Amino acid sequence: MGTNQNKQGKSFTRRDFLKGFGGGAIGVAVVPKILAQETASMETKKGKIPVYAKKQVTLTVNGEKYSLVVEPRETLLDVLRENLNLTGTKKTCNQGECGGCTVLLDGEPVYSCLYLAIRADGKDIRTVEGLAEKENLHPVQQAFIDTDAYQCGFCAPGFIMSTVGFLETHRNSPPMMNLDLEEIKKALSGNICRCGNYDHIYKAVSEAAKKMGRS
Amino acid sequence: MAKKEHWENTTDPHLLYTEEAQAETSTTQAAPTPEKKPDYKIIGKPTARIDGPKIVTGKAPFIDDIKLRGMLVGKILRSPHPHAEIVSIDLSKAKSLRGVKAVIGLDSEKAQYIGNRVAAVVAVDEQTAQQALKLIEVMYKPLPYVVSVEKSREEGAPQVHEAKPNVENIRDEKRGDVELGFKEADVVLERTYKTAIEIHHPAETHGSIAKWEGDQLIVWDSTQGIHSVRDGLARSLEIPAGHVTVIKRYMGGGFGSKLGLNAHTVIAAMLAKQTGKPVKIMLTRKENALCVGNRPTSLQTYRGGVKKDGTLVALTLTNYTTGGINRGDRCSEPLLDVYRCPNLHVKEYTVYTNLGGSRATRAPGHVQGTFGLEGFLDELANEIGMDPLELRKKNYTTKNRGDTGFPYSSKGLDKCYELGAETIGWHRRNKTPGEGQGKIRQGLGMASQIWWGAGVPGTLADVKLYPDGSVDVICGTQDIGCGTRTHMAVVTAEALGLEPNDITVKLGNSDYPYAPSSGGSQTTPSVAPAVRDASLKAVDHLKELAAKKFKVSAHDILYKDKNFTDRNNPENTIAFGELAKDLRRETVFHGERKGMPDGFAYNTFGAHFVEVEVDTETGQIKVLKVVAAHDSGQIINTKTAESQVIGGVTQGVSTALFEQRIVDATTGTLVNPNWRDYKIATSMDIPEIIPIFVDVDDPRINILGTKGLGEPPRIPIAAAIGNAVYNAIGVQVREIPMTPDKVLKALKPKEVSS
Repeated sequence: MGTNQNKQGKSFTRRDFLKGFGGGAIGVAVVPKILAQETASMETKKGKIPVYAKKQVTLTVNGEKYSLVVEPRETLLDVLRENLNLTGTKKTCNQGECGGCTVLLDGEPVYSCLYLAIRADGKDIRTVEGLAEKENLHPVQQAFIDTDAYQCGFCAPGFIMSTVGFLETHRNSPPMMNLDLEEIKKALSGNICRCGNYDHIYKAVSEAAKKMGRS
Repeated sequence: MAKKEHWENTTDPHLLYTEEAQAETSTTQAAPTPEKKPDYKIIGKPTARIDGPKIVTGKAPFIDDIKLRGMLVGKILRSPHPHAEIVSIDLSKAKSLRGVKAVIGLDSEKAQYIGNRVAAVVAVDEQTAQQALKLIEVMYKPLPYVVSVEKSREEGAPQVHEAKPNVENIRDEKRGDVELGFKEADVVLERTYKTAIEIHHPAETHGSIAKWEGDQLIVWDSTQGIHSVRDGLARSLEIPAGHVTVIKRYMGGGFGSKLGLNAHTVIAAMLAKQTGKPVKIMLTRKENALCVGNRPTSLQTYRGGVKKDGTLVALTLTNYTTGGINRGDRCSEPLLDVYRCPNLHVKEYTVYTNLGGSRATRAPGHVQGTFGLEGFLDELANEIGMDPLELRKKNYTTKNRGDTGFPYSSKGLDKCYELGAETIGWHRRNKTPGEGQGKIRQGLGMASQIWWGAGVPGTLADVKLYPDGSVDVICGTQDIGCGTRTHMAVVTAEALGLEPNDITVKLGNSDYPYAPSSGGSQTTPSVAPAVRDASLKAVDHLKELAAKKFKVSAHDILYKDKNFTDRNNPENTIAFGELAKDLRRETVFHGERKGMPDGFAYNTFGAHFVEVEVDTETGQIKVLKVVAAHDSGQIINTKTAESQVIGGVTQGVSTALFEQRIVDATTGTLVNPNWRDYKIATSMDIPEIIPIFVDVDDPRINILGTKGLGEPPRIPIAAAIGNAVYNAIGVQVREIPMTPDKVLKALKPKEVSS
């Protein structure tokens, strides 16, 4: 569901995401380049599999630079949650189906559960913890409270990051002051709210857009 | 070893819902003195959630976010067989893996379904625990199994439970004389309705952390019932209840699947005891699909007789329901209760299969039963050429059990009909179902809702005043996303003349005063009256302090705008903060949610009106608009109440159009144990939703006149969508989810005959 083809260049849907990151693209082309040297191999029931050495990466997270040693298998989600203790980003399905782990990577929303940490080397990452400036909430965060755009709150960080990514990259196109509802729905179609509070989430996006459009 | 029979107190989904809810209505406690409905300043208005800033900044701690020093990670090995004897378990290889701290067999002799727990490991991290699971060697002896309801009903089918047959009667209820009733009928109709298995799939999977401090056990749990988990743990581990504290801070949804104690919580406690370290067990998405509940199926055959003027004269229902190894849902409650029909006979049977057991799922039985009953009523209405809404009004009741029982303490269903019909524009419907032309056809439909939701007498809450003027409200309830934290603050602030954000809310700890599990739409009508009772006592006490100060009677003290004033000498006035100093020490006021008078039925009501569009070529249904009118008594916070309705409607759209657990009929393997293949409505599928709360006083139910709202918006929506589809295309799709194939199949015979 939620699969209307997206014609507005950059807006982000679940299907686009899966197109970009699924299949063999990473496996064949990207992985060998970014992985460290194969250091050993391990026998498993399914045959021999390579074991790669840990690798040092530099991540800029919420404006702070971190130098970390990570295993090549570790996802950005696990590194954020376990190594950096940034637990605002949630593990919900852990396989790219729900958007609960959405973070911004160089300004674009990505599912951090499907994004290997080593691949994020040198990138700029923003999480839900990095939006507010001290006590001042980001307009999207404030709008989520004002419109009661969550219930249990577990999916809220993911929705908020998708919204921030959507609104910040679309500052003037389409005009923020009168975003079309269909446009908002498409932008959020990569996130699942199991409590089903979408109707209030649309309102939050629309209100935040108005505030951000004015600034 | 923990006592196995107590590991999961969720085997009977109805215990926590229907029977407890029914028991509430027959309390013998004295009636509360009805409070004249005051002119509330905060109650019934929109209030932003007080935990908003924590949630939107990612600081609210859910289970997997809690990190304790030295904490280990536990994992559970589960059966790959739908039915097998566990001949032996060899734990030695797993135990010798580096990083593994303990491995235990789980005292099971038999696996009854794929996903049945067999053994557990605890290790320094998840990766190691996962690896250790693969090193446990289990010898299974596969046994005959049955995973289809049809086959389970056949003679000679493999028996699921040793102690009971595969098919059990779970309800046989009669009133009047059905055969006589059918003789009076102008039209008699028989139709069968079917509903699929849904999985709760809360966003946060089930998870617990257990930590021992000497003989005291502390458990952090993602739960809907801290007290029931506390009691269950004490029973399982054979320790005094007072040695267990269960804490729920934030939890990512439950919808019934987190009502009682879970096996993994007991296992975490056992592993924590064995290793002397805190242990966390988080279930995976797949485990959530397999092992922690689902909504039972139904196969409902209705036979009904109606007179030409719309009078219902006879109704029968035969229902077969399955909840895997657990009991299915009784689905006949709406049929037995909400409409007048003198002659009625209900027979319901549960069918056991070798599949994961059911648990209460947001409005258990009512969602399925309402889909069948309300769909059938529309078919009857069509047979006699009557407006379906008129048929419902014709058989309207003011007493329960089809107008044969107790009078409803309050019933605003008529107002829901009126406002709902007006808002959707009911006159726009097709006067004859399917009379529209063209590829895309529009239709309107509606359905009624009944549920319990009176709340539980005996619920306790404390209000604590400090000499510095600060205020706590304390209750052993839990906020599962409905906004209970905020409701407690709203009710306290209202009575004390403060703002919700002035109040410190303490909940989610089983050491706090008793409140029931958050299920059955009972949290707000249990907790809010108890909080109001405590708050009013606190105000009375402050008035007495002021009276003492001014040397007058407490009756002469007025409290307004945070000032206590002698009404006869207005210059004698003191601010709340100043007066609080006279408390000298913290002072606690105990509040209780009192009983309800006997001789009345306490229920919530509602009606949904839906507009749909059906593509007759592709079979695709698009829900355009939903008007959801509800009588839930006094609303505490309209903001969170609207969310509750929007969420219930959205989940109902998902039920009606998409959700179904799919099991391979040969092997019993669950083929969609994730969120991609198990389809859930997302943003592109959501209609315009208009919540309406009708204003109905209930002077008896509790001192606030408030009723529950958790399940009500979940109940009529699928039926109303079905009826709108019927109105659009002229054939009833009698099965949910109404996927395009079923719509096309339903359309086919019609196209042929026309």
